[in-house]
Parts: sequence; structure tokens; C-alpha cells
Amino acid sequence: MKTSLRFLLPLGLFIGLAALLFYGLKLDPRKVPSPLVGKPVPQFVLPTLEDPDRTVSDADLRGKVSLVNVWASWCVSCRAEHAQLMRLSRTLKEVQIFGLNWKDRAEDALRMLRLSGNPYVVNAYDPENQVGIDWGVYGAPETFLVDQRGIICYKQIGPIGPDTWEQELAPWIDLKTRTCREPN
Amino acid sequence: MIPELGHFSLVLALALALIQATVPLIGSFIQRVPWMRQARALAWGQLLFSLIAMGCLLQAFLTDDFSVVYVATNSNSLLPEIYKVSALWGAHEGSLLLWATLLAAWGAAVATFSRNLPLPVVARVLSVMGMVGIGFLLFMLLTSNPFERIFPMPREGRDLNPLLQDPGLALHPPMLYMGYVGFSVAFAFAIAALIGGKLDAAWARWSRPWTTVAWIFLTLGIVLGSWWAYYELGWGGWWFWDPVENASFMPWLAGTALVHSLAVTEKRGAFKSWTVLLALFAFSLSLLGTFLVRSGVLTSVHAFATDPARGTFILVFLCVVIGGSLALYAWRAPAVSGGGRFELLSRESVLLANNLLLSLFTALVLFGTLAPLIYEAMGWGKISVGFPWFNTMFVATMPFLAFLLGVGPLTRWKQDEGERLVKLLWPAFLGASIAAVFGGIFTPLESEHWFLIPLGLGLAVWILIAHMLAIWDRLKHKSGLGALFRDFAGGGRSFYGMVIAHLGVAVFIVGVTLVSHFGIERDVRMSPGDVQEESGYQFHFLGVENHRGPNYMAARGHFQVTRDGELVAELWPEKRSYFTSAKPMTEAAIDWGFLRDLYVSLGEPVGDGDWAVRLYYKPFVRWIWLGGLLMALGGLITLTDRRYRVLAKSAGKRTT
Amino acid sequence: MRLYLLGLLALFSSVTAAYTLEQFQFDDPKQTLQFQKLIEELRCLVCQNESLASSQADLAQDLRAEVYEMMQSGKSREEIVDFLVARYGDFVLYDPPLKPATYPLWFGPLLLGILGLLIWVRVIRSKKRAADRELSEAERQRLQELLQDADGDGKQA
Repeated sequence: MKTSLRFLLPLGLFIGLAALLFYGLKLDPRKVPSPLVGKPVPQFVLPTLEDPDRTVSDADLRGKVSLVNVWASWCVSCRAEHAQLMRLSRTLKEVQIFGLNWKDRAEDALRMLRLSGNPYVVNAYDPENQVGIDWGVYGAPETFLVDQRGIICYKQIGPIGPDTWEQELAPWIDLKTRTCREPN
Repeated sequence: MIPELGHFSLVLALALALIQATVPLIGSFIQRVPWMRQARALAWGQLLFSLIAMGCLLQAFLTDDFSVVYVATNSNSLLPEIYKVSALWGAHEGSLLLWATLLAAWGAAVATFSRNLPLPVVARVLSVMGMVGIGFLLFMLLTSNPFERIFPMPREGRDLNPLLQDPGLALHPPMLYMGYVGFSVAFAFAIAALIGGKLDAAWARWSRPWTTVAWIFLTLGIVLGSWWAYYELGWGGWWFWDPVENASFMPWLAGTALVHSLAVTEKRGAFKSWTVLLALFAFSLSLLGTFLVRSGVLTSVHAFATDPARGTFILVFLCVVIGGSLALYAWRAPAVSGGGRFELLSRESVLLANNLLLSLFTALVLFGTLAPLIYEAMGWGKISVGFPWFNTMFVATMPFLAFLLGVGPLTRWKQDEGERLVKLLWPAFLGASIAAVFGGIFTPLESEHWFLIPLGLGLAVWILIAHMLAIWDRLKHKSGLGALFRDFAGGGRSFYGMVIAHLGVAVFIVGVTLVSHFGIERDVRMSPGDVQEESGYQFHFLGVENHRGPNYMAARGHFQVTRDGELVAELWPEKRSYFTSAKPMTEAAIDWGFLRDLYVSLGEPVGDGDWAVRLYYKPFVRWIWLGGLLMALGGLITLTDRRYRVLAKSAGKRTT
Repeated sequence: MRLYLLGLLALFSSVTAAYTLEQFQFDDPKQTLQFQKLIEELRCLVCQNESLASSQADLAQDLRAEVYEMMQSGKSREEIVDFLVARYGDFVLYDPPLKPATYPLWFGPLLLGILGLLIWVRVIRSKKRAADRELSEAERQRLQELLQDADGDGKQA
């Protein structure tokens, strides 16, 4: 009995390996989860895109639930998700959509907002990727869900689709208390 | 029309593979000789139709038939003819076709050189190879058809990836695949033996030459790949432990273990069930590599286009082939009787340790490659496992192997005396110590891995002297160089092949040790007329001119390298922009030498006519690949051993 | 079909050979070496398995500049690594540091090694006691017949 078990060992190990690989097929290896989730947003002060003389800071994210959307006019996927952001800005009254215009030129970014609408309450302008690095941004678009205390509840990597709010983001926030929660 | 013919040939090859996988196998159970006899003709038929398919695709490339998607995405009317040929296997679909064709070629080779094998064995071996063929042909036809058309037809092709427009890479995949696919023969022999219940010395002797040939090809393929990465990628490295590199290295490690354990099984009848398992592993790891490269499970610099449907298909195929064979193993292997007695000090014992070390390292490479996936599956977070980890593991295991490499060839089968070995090996130990001390003198003490230079040089000299002693021990009752030549020409080929392969390891160790620790890399800003001094060489930058290639424009730098006022080399590194690709390509210029490479790559213009330039001084870097070539050469020499020549001759006689 | 073509488009597109060789000047050549070593051990996030040193991605450029500035302002290797890990996670490190989360990675191999050693000892022990069994005469004959080899088995060392 003992010896035949020994001969079953390779098969057993392979079954484990196969299970792992099947699991791996479902993952996207390019998505890197953020260590910032569950932590307060990094402090920042940046000029706004709309008016270089005005500034915004992390304080503007407190007291309200925010979606911090990292975008740029050169980013194709950002254009793809733009319509969804417009829809969310109309339907989701409890949530402010805050833009972080990333590694972009102000005139290109403003033109895009003029032409396809502006879903953002305000845009922080970060052409040099100063704040982007602090937020751990590694590509656009990325979207952070931030609660009223300024805690990051969730990070969405890649564009927002029609169901992203309902399925990916909403479970992480309790809109009554306006604080993060674990999805059940 | 012709692409459809190619497609149709693939379907026919699949039909033949289906028959080949079933009829001879069933025939071997119900003892119908005519059924079993079909196997050989079917194997040849598969090769024929695979070759027709290859020919059709080649024709599409040569005539710039951009209505074929694969041609449109991987060729261009300006692409030089030779790369139109190599573009055949430059991307996913075509490389699969190459896989399938090479598999058919190995099948046909088995059919030809198996005249003195019992018919049931031939029938089963070819049936198993037919089953593998079914998998690959189905994969191609269902998910990755190279003959797929596109409408409307593009007017121009998107061109072959510029990185692949290089002679080194034209040859690399066929070599590598010959190795991967070649292990299918050892695999098929193992399965046939498990089915037949006859795992004996004869089985080992049949498998051995096939395994060695596959191993030689795999060795050459890896050497070529590493060499190509070195001169083409422009970062001066030759191995990065990227998942795709590991995917080729794991079957090589398992194959190396297999080559050694087959020797024990053939000569002493020992390690049978272990040898079978290794034969299954070597091919399974080849398949696993295919999955890793094409499924998108891991990120890699070299990965093919990934598509979940393809990943799922290969994974299911993997489960059938590997799971099935390991289940068969669990069922049949316990019946295999163990080999004879041997002592702690014996050739068997050393080879066992060799096998365990190689298997351990294979397991570590597999673990490191999949660790990010394991971490994610376990919810432990996302990590990267890169070259520092692999290097640590390499250094922690391989020196033991190198040490054993010196002991093994001098140890006797069954039982040996420690005293005899010490008496025999002390010069090697002395030489190794001197080399280590010598290496130590030149090691800067603040260096992080200060012990690696003495260790590497010591082990290389250890291996070298031990093998000289092994030759001396073998010929001690004869004298003179004449005896050596007579012995080589006579029955000693497998011994001398082993010696050369092992010396290849020593050469490799020297190369790795020296280039890792004394290699120099410098980023400098140079304007025309500037001179940079590096390791006694003066690099004179003469300027940059524009140059037009067949399908690219290039800025071509001109460097003269002098030493003590004498011209050593003229180097022309290039920065190319291919017409069809937005990304500029760096074409490094290398002055190669036996003892050092001088390597220049041209960066960006940085203003005022200045250029960013990267200079490398790479001592003994060629020894890395030279070592690999010697290993392959050693394998080749063992193949000319009398035993196998007798085998081939009798096969030839009966076929003609 | 469209997805399929997109897949083709993506083919090898992430493979890049060229990179920008930037001028990162340090006063101390030792620091230059430290810088080179560090960016080789940091992973570019947007690339398919490339280090910051070899990547020409835009983000890699930013991060190289960031690392350079931090080194210039006298930050230690640990501080720089911590800075990046706090923002991007352990994923950026090619050389995962030893900490509880990486124990499996570093001690797993040790366990495997010990296991291998145990197997070796066990096999040797059992083989010492095994019957002294050569290839039987029948097997030897079968070998010879099958292979028509005049050379006796086991003669070559």
C-alpha cells in the first residue's frame, strides 16, 4: 500500500499544478493590486486643470464619497470609459467624480472635456507624474474609490464598463455611512 | 487556392494521426501484425502532409500573399527573402505548424530506425506519438489556423517583428522545438514500456540515443537563444530567468537527468521506475513550457499573443497527456522490480545524487516560475520572483553538482573504496585549491559575492583535472597518445563524449564566473571625436551617419577601438527604425574575442551632436556558449559509439 | 474574429529592444554602480517582465528619475525600496526581501533540498541491503539478440 502511494505522488502533484494553472487562466497577470487600499489617500496639492491658479488637495476628498479617476487625453481606454463616467456623474448623486489628469497636456485635456463632456467636479493637473507616483498609478485609466474619511476602499485597474460600478465598486462602499466596507 | 491546400493537408494529417493513434495500438493488444505494420506508413504519411502544409505556407510568404492573415501580420513585401522563410515560425500559428511537422519528422525517424525493434513496441511508440500529434493538429485547426484568410486583402503586410529579423533567431526555434518534440520519443518509449510491462535494459538502450539527440538539439536551441538575447536585445545580458527562458530550461534539466539515469538503467538495470518517470517529466515540461508561453498566465518579455481559448485548449490537452501518463505510471510502475545492490561509494550512488540535484533544481525553477501564481491563488499578495532569487538557488545547488561531476567518472559501479578515490583525485583537489586561491587574490573584498570567484574557478579546474585523471585511469595500462586515439576510434566514444560534455560544464562555469564579476558596463555621453577609456581599451567615437537598410532606416555610429595605440576593432552600432514599427531598435556592435567581448550600443542623441552610448567590457563571455556547444558536441560523440553504430547500420541494411 | 485580430496585433508588440540610455550622473562612481544595480532589481510595472533598467516605457522613465533624485538627495537603498513598495507593492521587487510573507519562497526550497537528501539516504540504505542482482543471463541474451551487438553489456565504464 505504501509503495503504490509513492507511485501516485507524481499524479497528485500534477493535479495540484493543473488546478493552479486553471485558476491562473482566469487572472490577468498585468493587474497589480494596490497596497494603498485600506489606507488614507496620499497627501497632495496640485493646481486644477481648469484654472492653474486654483489648487486642489487631499482635503477636497473628505466629507464625500469620491471616485478618483486617473485619465489622459492620449489614453485610448480613457476615451472608451468616458461615456460611463458621464452616466455615473448624472445618476450617482452621492458620489463625486474627481479627476486626476495624468501626464497630459492641459490644452489637449481641456479640448477632450469640451468635446465629449465633463463628468468631473474638478480635475487635478499632474503632467509630471508627481502625485501619480504617490498614488501608485502605473497606467491610465485607473479609478480609486475613496470614502468620506479619505480612506481608499478599492482600486479599479483598467476602464470602467457598464457594470463596473454595480459589480466591482459599489460592494466596497456603504453609501449610508459613506465609509468603506467588506463586500459580503 | 494553395493556402486551402495547406489547410486541407493539415486535416489529412489529423486523419492519419487519428488512425496512427488507434489502429497499431489496438493491433498490439490483439496481436494483429498487419494492424501494427500500418504504424510506419502512417508516420511517413503524417510527415508528408505536414511538409505539404509547410510548403503551402512558405509559398504564401514568398509570393507575399497577404490574403492569409498570418502572412499579412508577419511579413512585408520589403522583408528580405531569408526572413520570409524564418517568418514561417516567427509567430504563434506558424510555430505550431513547425511543432507538428517536427513531431511528424521524429515519428518518421522512429519508423525508419526501428527495424530491429519488436513490432509491438514500434506500434505502441508510434501510436503514442500519433496521440500527441492529434493534440497539436487539433489545437492548430481549432484555435490557431495559419491558413486563415482575411478579406479585403491588405495591400501590404505588417512585417515581421524587427527583433526576429536576425539569423540567430531564424535558427533558434527549430532547434528548440527539435529538442522539445524529440523528448516525445523518449516519452513514447516510456509509455510503450509501461503498457507492455517490460521496463528492462533493452528499453533503456533503445531510448538512449533518441533522448541524446533531443537533448543535443535542446542544448543548441538554448545556446542560440541566449546568444541571440545577448547581441540583439542590447542590454548585454545572456539570461534573465524570464518565464519563457525557464520554460526551455526545465525540460533541459530534466532531460539531462534522464540522460544520466538512462545510463544507469542500461548498464546496471537500476533506477527503472525513476528513469521512466524522468522520461515522462522531460516531455511534460516541454508541453508545460508551450502552455506558459502561449496562455498568458505569466508575463514574459518573449510571450506570444495570448488568447484564453488557446490557453484553455492547451491546458486540457496537458491534463490528458500528462495526467494520463502519470496515471498509467501509478498503475504500472509498482510492478517494476528494483535494480541491484550498490554501496554509498559507487557510480550508482553518485549518479543518484546527480539526478536528485538536477530534479531539485528543476523543481526550484518550476516553483520560482509559478510562485507569483501560487501567491495569488493563496491570497498572499502579488510578488515578483526575478533573477536574484534564481541566482541564489543556482548558487545553492549547482556547486554540489559540479563537485560530483569530478567524482562520478572515476567511481566504479556497485562499490568503490574511498582510499582509492582519494589517491586518484588528490591532484584535482590540489589544482582546484590553487585555482581558488588564485581567484581569491583577484577578488575585491568588498564585492558582495566574494566567494563565488574562488568557488567557480576552483570547481572548473576540479572538473578539468578529474577528467584528465579519468582518461589516465582508463588508459593506465597503455601508453602514449597513440593509445588515446586508438581508444577513441575504438570502443570508447561514449566515454570521450562524456568527458567533452563535462569539460563543457567547466568552460561554462569559467565564463559565467568571470563575466558576472569582472564584466563592466558604462553609460557615457560622447560627442564625435571623444575618446573613452575602458579596461585598457580606448573607444574613439567618430560620429553618426544615416544608413538605409532594405526595410529600415538607421543611424549608424562609427567607433574605433584601440589598445596601446593599435587599432583593435571598428564597430558600427546602429539605431534602426523599421518602416512598419514605431519603436526604434538598438543593434549593438560587438568585437568578439576568445577572452573578451567589446560591446557598444548606441542610445539616443542627447543634444549638441552628442550621443548617449553604452560601453561594455565582457571578459570570457563567449565561454558560456562555448561550454554549451561542447556539451552538445559531447552528446554527438556518444552517439557515434559502437553500440549505436551497430544499431543504425543494421537498420539501414534492412530498409534498403 | 475581431478579438482574434486584436490578439494578432498585440503579437510581440510589447517586446522592445531599444531603450533610452539616460545620463544619470553621480559624483561618486560607486553610487553610479549602486544606481545601476538598484534599477536592475526593480520591476517595470507596465512592461511584460522587464526591469526599470531595461525598459523604455514612459513610466519606467519616471521611476528611474524618481530613484535617481532620491539617491541624489542621500536616501538609502532601503528607503527607496520602501518608498516604491508602499506605492506599488512587493510586485516591484525582483528580489523579494525575507519577511513572513516571503517565507514560503525562501524556505520552501530549503525544505525541498532536505527532502532530496532524505530520499538519497533512504535509497542508498535500501540498496545496500538489496540482493546482489546483476542483469540475469536471460536478459543479457535478449539484449544481445535484439541489438545484435557484439559488445557485451557493462564492459565500458
